[in-house]
Amino acid sequence: MDQDIAIEVKGITKNFGGYTAIKNLSFSVTKAELFGIVGPDGAGKTTILRLLMGILLPTSGEVMVFGVSVGRYPEKVRESIGYMSQRFGLYEDLTVEENMEFYCDLYGVDRKERKRRMEELLDFSGLYPFKKRLAGHLSGGMKQKLGLTCALIHRPDILILDEPTAGVDPLSRRDFWRILYGLRNQGMTIVLSTAYLDEAERCTRIGLIYRGEMPMLDRPNNIRSSLGISMVEVVLSETSRARDILLRNEYVDMVTVYGDRLHIGLKEKEQMDSILDMLRSYRFEIKGSREVIPSLEDVFIKRIR
Amino acid sequence: MRLKGIVKKEFIHIKRDPLSLAMAFLLPAILLFIYGYAVTFDVENIETVVCDRDKSSLSRELIEGFSKSGYFTIISYTESYNDVDGYIDRGDAKAGIIIPDDFSKTIRKGGLPSVEIIIDGSNSNIATIALGYVSAIEERYTRRLYPLSKEGPLIQVKTRIWYNREMRSRNFIIPGLIAVIMAVIVALLTSLTVSKEWDRGSMEQLLSTPVKPSELVLGKLIPYFIIGFADTVFAVLMSTFLFGVPLKGDPVLLFLLSSIFLFGGLSFGILISIVAKNQTIASQIAMLTTFLPAFLLSGFIFSISNMPKILQIFTLAIPARYFVTILKGIFLKGVTIEDLLWETALLSLYGLIVFFLAVKKLKKWIG
Repeated sequence: MDQDIAIEVKGITKNFGGYTAIKNLSFSVTKAELFGIVGPDGAGKTTILRLLMGILLPTSGEVMVFGVSVGRYPEKVRESIGYMSQRFGLYEDLTVEENMEFYCDLYGVDRKERKRRMEELLDFSGLYPFKKRLAGHLSGGMKQKLGLTCALIHRPDILILDEPTAGVDPLSRRDFWRILYGLRNQGMTIVLSTAYLDEAERCTRIGLIYRGEMPMLDRPNNIRSSLGISMVEVVLSETSRARDILLRNEYVDMVTVYGDRLHIGLKEKEQMDSILDMLRSYRFEIKGSREVIPSLEDVFIKRIR
Repeated sequence: MRLKGIVKKEFIHIKRDPLSLAMAFLLPAILLFIYGYAVTFDVENIETVVCDRDKSSLSRELIEGFSKSGYFTIISYTESYNDVDGYIDRGDAKAGIIIPDDFSKTIRKGGLPSVEIIIDGSNSNIATIALGYVSAIEERYTRRLYPLSKEGPLIQVKTRIWYNREMRSRNFIIPGLIAVIMAVIVALLTSLTVSKEWDRGSMEQLLSTPVKPSELVLGKLIPYFIIGFADTVFAVLMSTFLFGVPLKGDPVLLFLLSSIFLFGGLSFGILISIVAKNQTIASQIAMLTTFLPAFLLSGFIFSISNMPKILQIFTLAIPARYFVTILKGIFLKGVTIEDLLWETALLSLYGLIVFFLAVKKLKKWIG
């Protein structure tokens, strides 16, 4: 067995009643990876994470964590994993400290060690001043950090996070990512799911999930270049009208609207100037244009179209 | 360590929710108070209308016998038979006494006088009890009238022995009532614990830890067991001090057997909670599955031996039935454990089965 593999997913399928949520999925996560499971809502991200934890059991197939079967030894596997569910899973009527104490009890962290770890985690998450506060009175970002500290209390080797930054303000999100990078540098394996592609770009490797399948699995850079088209970003007014016109052009492969700008995928890079001329002839005011690396969102839209 | 952690956490939840805690103590007290006063079979002060056509000293003596008994209160005297009907039809009177013109004449002649007594049968309970009192008063009157008669009373009297007059029906009802109330309260207490974890999303987080189903069930059971036990002690104290129900048996035995019942009831609440996954549904199921069976099929009021055979078999599955027997036995008869072996065994069995069922149901979720 490969010593570097943290999680190995071997052909798992999960049926809910007659509905197949996950279809014969296989992938592996190496140690100290920051692995992103990326996809739109309802694609099956949460189901995959639950299957990794053994909270759900697959209809067929198997998940191995450090070579141990999750289905057969769920309790042993859970000792080495810290999990944070999408919804705030702690107790709002307990204080920050009490929530942490409870998770210390559940993971059997002994008295002496407990005090040290709690201090350390409170410090590192910036929750120290709020340790006596009820969890229900914390802001969204702080709740998220509390969830993380509770998931880290037993010093797991693997951290599984289900959309950890959903509904968290941008500043807290940046903070949260800084913490994740720190953990990864210490050698922790992190698997997270996200619907935000800008977050997916920060992962070492991502798997795109669509309708219970993983059509792409690679480094973010490779996924972007795999598109094989060049991408031009054009800033202009009336983006939707421009898109409709562009899609009729034979050199245009795809067009994505991002607010006041368009990403235009071209089959040949040389066509860029003639396309811009065409837009001008339609009296669009072009405020700026440049060639860009296709974003993951571009790729994603193209792949699942 | 995990078990201790869960118990500690549950206690914090309880502490931070003083309203629920107050309900846990007040609800049984209020129920016991209301039902303790409402459910009674004692009949006193039956409103009575008298039509005395004889107006003799003998007839007055008979009427006095009724009014002095304390069970009948004479609200009116009237001259005509029809008036008596009117009083009873309107519901102003529950009983009427009609003494014919020739009442004293017949007695003096040594004949058999007839006195008509009308009782409103629309409340059969009061009616049968009133009938019992009537017979008793009749008998006393006859004895006084013919004390030396060797042939015994001339008036044909059928005496019914109702409850011992000194013992009020409340004494029979309260112990059973404690059982019914505790059956409901205890299931309600725990019916919310696991469903609350689902509702607020903490269950998924909990499932990701190495916690064992048995630890979770037991950890949630222990704090509520303490509350349930305190409720039982409180209810017993209320019964003896407020309602004056004598506790003839051993209180230690009573609380010991109550604990076995509590264990089963609390486990049942947790089982509902695990299956329902929703607080509202869980508490409704808990209410429905405990109150009606405990009230109707436990032998609390309606004797099980009078039920159809199929219902009798069904009552065997109702734990409140055994608890009613235990409480009535210890309170009223002062029975010991030897007399309650069957009930104790079945209650224990029930508790264990429900506990393991709850653990098994939870295991399906945990792994």
